[in-house]
Amino acid sequence: MDFLKGILHPQGLVAHSELTLMIQATALMLVVLVPVYILIFFFAWYYRAGNTKAKYVPNWQHAKLDELVWWAIPFEIILVLGALTWTSTHQLDPKQPLAISGEPMIVEVVALPWKWLFIYPKEHIATVNYVAFPKDRPIQFQITADAPMNSFWIPELGGQIYAMTGMVTHLTLASDKEGSYQGMSANYSGEGFADMKFKAQSMSEDEFDLWVTEMHAQSHYLEKGAYQTLAKPGTSTVMYYSEISPTLFDDIVRKFNHAR
Amino acid sequence: MLGKLDLSAFIHGPIETVAQLSVVFGVVVVVGLLSYYKAWGWLWREYLTSLDAKKIGIMYIALSFVMLARGAVDAFMMRTQQAIEVGANSGFLSPDHYAQVFTAHGVIMIFFVAMPFMFGLINLIVPLQIGAKDVAYPFLNSMSFWLTVVGAVLINLSLVVGEFAATGWLAYPPLSELQFSPGVGVDYYIWALQIAGVGTLISGINFLVTITTMRLKDMSWMKMPIFVWTVFGAMILVIFAFPILTGTLGLLSLDRIAGFHFFTTDLGGSAMMYVNLIWAWGHPEVYILILPAFGIFSEIVPTFSQKRLFGYTSMVVATLAIVFLSFIVWVHHFFTMGAGADVNAFFGIMTMAIAIPTGVKVFNWLFTMFRGRILFKTPMLWFMGFLTTFVLGGATGVLLAVPGADFQLHNSLFLVAHFHNMIIGGVLFGFFAGFVYWFPKIFGFMLNERLGVYAFWCWIVGFVLAFIPLYILGLMGMTRRLYEVSPQFHPLLVVAGVGAAVIALGMFFQVLQLVVSIWQRKENPAGDNPWNGTHLEWQTSSPPPFDPERSNDGVMVGILAGLFGFAMIWQIWWLAVIGLVGVLAVLIARSFQHHEHS
Repeated sequence: MDFLKGILHPQGLVAHSELTLMIQATALMLVVLVPVYILIFFFAWYYRAGNTKAKYVPNWQHAKLDELVWWAIPFEIILVLGALTWTSTHQLDPKQPLAISGEPMIVEVVALPWKWLFIYPKEHIATVNYVAFPKDRPIQFQITADAPMNSFWIPELGGQIYAMTGMVTHLTLASDKEGSYQGMSANYSGEGFADMKFKAQSMSEDEFDLWVTEMHAQSHYLEKGAYQTLAKPGTSTVMYYSEISPTLFDDIVRKFNHAR
Repeated sequence: MLGKLDLSAFIHGPIETVAQLSVVFGVVVVVGLLSYYKAWGWLWREYLTSLDAKKIGIMYIALSFVMLARGAVDAFMMRTQQAIEVGANSGFLSPDHYAQVFTAHGVIMIFFVAMPFMFGLINLIVPLQIGAKDVAYPFLNSMSFWLTVVGAVLINLSLVVGEFAATGWLAYPPLSELQFSPGVGVDYYIWALQIAGVGTLISGINFLVTITTMRLKDMSWMKMPIFVWTVFGAMILVIFAFPILTGTLGLLSLDRIAGFHFFTTDLGGSAMMYVNLIWAWGHPEVYILILPAFGIFSEIVPTFSQKRLFGYTSMVVATLAIVFLSFIVWVHHFFTMGAGADVNAFFGIMTMAIAIPTGVKVFNWLFTMFRGRILFKTPMLWFMGFLTTFVLGGATGVLLAVPGADFQLHNSLFLVAHFHNMIIGGVLFGFFAGFVYWFPKIFGFMLNERLGVYAFWCWIVGFVLAFIPLYILGLMGMTRRLYEVSPQFHPLLVVAGVGAAVIALGMFFQVLQLVVSIWQRKENPAGDNPWNGTHLEWQTSSPPPFDPERSNDGVMVGILAGLFGFAMIWQIWWLAVIGLVGVLAVLIARSFQHHEHS
């Protein structure tokens, strides 16, 4: 079922918690919504002009107690929702470490016009429009851009964060099932925006190690020149780099502190 | 001599050329008809140069309807593109053109449909409701209108010469900077909004002063109709918010024209500053539009429930609470920009807090209906349409206000569905309700009820078909602003396309309603008080007496400001100087003349 894809089909801790939060908030609101909808339709039907049996009090315009109740009901709901918001916002702060065991893995992400570059600093490899990681481990995405503002989003794993030039934003996600998930940019960034999609591949620890070894066996070096070609506006297919310039990510972040 | 302007600015791709020719054709037809019927003199004397608030109000609404047609065409193009773009068919719009279309759609619907519609209704009704002959500054009122027209003209001109911004309706940098948008599109955006924005600010001051100083002697603050109160609140918001817009766009234009670095990627520029500033205007803007709509419903519900409004004091307090709160929620438009949890949680909770006064309003309307005798005439139908959709939109809004949920829903079609839910179900239905409610007062004859009912049902059914699928698509993980979509989204996009077509049918019935009603105006006189309304506007004749005073200066300021805007867009500096100096000269010359009122 396609309807079960996306946000309603969470495949990781963050997406799970975010969906649970949505359901809790919706349930709280239904406490008001259901009676309000019933009142809307009941009043509209019962007090229609044609129904002369209904009570008619044209000058009733004020009742302290009733009004107090209208103020109190939404106030209380918002009080509860506010408490939920405060705690959940701190729990789901994208900078926070995740409550799962396993050594965090770092992936550096660069939003380019119009493709995503993933750098694996520990593994010394890089990929374009494809990111692989082991399941059940917190993946710390450190995100920057060499492009207009984008937003890094993998709906089935969890919520998004902006990718901006000259700074690094953080998003920690994890997957609890092996599989291939759709990632994309959610913030319009120019002509090639619709093609800024990538596959997020979650695999077992062994498969991941094997994949890294295979990557190293190729010989595509992402040095300065290759990066500059890659960073030019245009869409891209999936690409792999077996070696990277070790300071590449920092260089990209820092270059915006100077004149063009 | 002509700055960046040359012949290539007139040459477009095939689809754009159709748009270009339709604008030219439209202008030729209007000019031709006016000339054929020798209507120029009448139009000039009775409307274009009139200083009467009601005449200006009628012109505002006419402008709004014309631009609604334009904005709707943009919407239908987007819906068509997303509905037919499947498999090998890549649709009929290029990515860049699609981006121009969704940018123009947003800008037009907010600035040149909703805003003029609102100011139109305010001009028609506020002076009448407070027992004033006109507004405090009738000439400034005319000037505000013409500055708004200039903005609308510039946007349509971008179809003929040059291009429009392809950035989204808030033109986030660095995309809107010279580096990524070297064409004149963003400049059209900036100067159309700058010039119209000045008009809006002046209107805000005008109506604030009018309401404060020109009420009948025995109309104390707490006796003002709720519509006047909500307009008062909206005008406070205009006065505080619009200077932020002007300043922000001013900084962006310095970046683009003079090589500054406020929002560029390099030399310390910060796009995040722009995002904060634009939403510090943008969020109050939403309430500028919705507050008067709330006011309109507070007039309509008691009238058609044949009962007094329940909880007047609560309504006033709720309105002022919304005015205050609307300035401390702007960060909820970008929880995903990386602010800390404390900041996000604060703005999330403040946003939810707005649901309290809004909820109170809903309860007060409901208990105005309670023990009433409800007549379901078209204004009341629009209210019912509003209430049923708005409560849903409010709930999805509260959901989006929870930062943890927003991380998933932001920038998705869920968000798009939510704000259309508020702007169509809330603002537009409110203004339609006000339009059909006060039309007989202003024109002296009734609108055809049956066609109005058809229009309403098409709009509400079309709305549900067009936007409920977008909520679902958002949950499925579809982002906004895509000219090309994955196949699994296709079925629901077709449903949304059908919804748009049903809305189009509703618009057709509205046009037909106007035509038929004007045709049969002699048979359907309104009388002074056709709905048994209780406020002051119903105590005067229908139509009310119009003030014959007029001035050519408003049109002059408009023409010169238009030249200035066009010159700034194309960097024709000599013309910019002429335009700006001309505007000042007209205003200075006017200040030396004696007028009964300024």
